[in-house]
Amino acid sequence: MIDWLVAFFLIAGALFMLVAAIGIIRLPDLPTRMHASTKAGAMGAMLIMAAAALSFMEWLAFARGLAIVLFIILTAPIAAHVIGRAGYFVGVPLWHGTIKDELRERYDADTHTLRSAAARPEQDADPDPDSGVRYKPPE
Amino acid sequence: MIETLITNVIYPLLAVALLLSAIRLAKGPSLPDRVVALELIASIVVGIIGVHAIETGVLSFLDVAIAVALTAFLAAVGFARFVERGGRRDD
Repeated sequence: MIDWLVAFFLIAGALFMLVAAIGIIRLPDLPTRMHASTKAGAMGAMLIMAAAALSFMEWLAFARGLAIVLFIILTAPIAAHVIGRAGYFVGVPLWHGTIKDELRERYDADTHTLRSAAARPEQDADPDPDSGVRYKPPE
Repeated sequence: MIETLITNVIYPLLAVALLLSAIRLAKGPSLPDRVVALELIASIVVGIIGVHAIETGVLSFLDVAIAVALTAFLAAVGFARFVERGGRRDD
């Protein structure tokens, strides 16, 4: 019984990692590649750790597997965020089929500043558009 | 049963995954692409170490997996800081 569970988790984890690798080689630009590699890769590592914990059937193995899974859950989003942010700031080109880039009209690459939604250029009622969001108290 | 499954199915699947991400690491047009490929390689290596722990029955390999995951995260953050603070741009 345990052997079947271990085999299932192992096959599922290896297939998730293979899907992540296929995604990283097939998808067109940096954010889509990150989307493949971080989520599917982390899922594959977590499933394989579950298989390891089940196959040892000891408290120590469960504790270590849980520690690795928690660590992956904590760090994979942080690493993806940091790399994606650096790639966007450096100016890695997006895919030509990208339909939404919300940062394009708000991010100033020269001054490295980001304006918020309240200070968009088309809503020019704000007398000082560089100042970002300002709270206006209700009258 | 588990041992034959590991040697015949799991290791080849993970090896193909490693090969594909190594191709992206060599090809990747920009430096952040390569960093993403390196991160995926580290994640696959964590998986391989877990599979090896199951195969050999040595519990201490899971500690190695923890250390590899930690260093991979630190390397990714360090590379991102390097790219963002203006390292070499010509990839």
